[in-house]
Amino acid sequence: MPRIAGVDIPAQKRIDVSLRYIFGVGPTRALEILKKARIEPQVRANKLTEEEVSRIAGIIENDYIVEGQLRRQIAQNIARLREIRCYRGLRHMRGLPVRGQRTRTNARTRKGPRKTVAGKKGVKEMHRG
Amino acid sequence: MSRSLKKGPYVDEALFRKAQEARAAGSHAPLRVWNRACTIVPEFVGLHFEIHNGRTFHKLFVTEDMVGHKLGEFAPTRTFRAHTARSVKPV
Repeated sequence: MPRIAGVDIPAQKRIDVSLRYIFGVGPTRALEILKKARIEPQVRANKLTEEEVSRIAGIIENDYIVEGQLRRQIAQNIARLREIRCYRGLRHMRGLPVRGQRTRTNARTRKGPRKTVAGKKGVKEMHRG
Repeated sequence: MSRSLKKGPYVDEALFRKAQEARAAGSHAPLRVWNRACTIVPEFVGLHFEIHNGRTFHKLFVTEDMVGHKLGEFAPTRTFRAHTARSVKPV
């Protein structure tokens, strides 16, 4: 199993697919990288020569921010928003959606599992009343 | 859709003039602002503002990090209501 960009060990898949296991590399970037390295995207990751693997690793290292460094950058961006106490920062602090989505319903990804409140009228009761 | 680059950032002309004067005079009196859509430009750094939130004025000291944001982003218009953390009943 080839190792690229630190801990990532992509499998016996096509190289364009296995590159996507790196945090910060998606479908577009995977193809971009392979184009720069002049490697066919349909070859299997385990069929690559050592030299080809290091060529890919070199390109990723030089031209892209991936993995830990990318995670750190994202965390820093959010920390900055929190620090200046702007609207987006406040939304991050409160664990609510940041980009203006509705919160009356949905928004479960940000808010987490439903916390049912006792006595709150459901749809059924409202129709009866 | 984001604003056209050709136009540059939206800055309230009158406020910009007032900010320049405040800087020139080195005054620390806060500038009252109703125009929440006005972008914070580097000239505003180090000045005090009071931004209207529809009811009161929200104090703001502009730092370098805030450049590029809008003034309104720093004066919340809604009262945040959350449930208080459930206190554990004593045994």
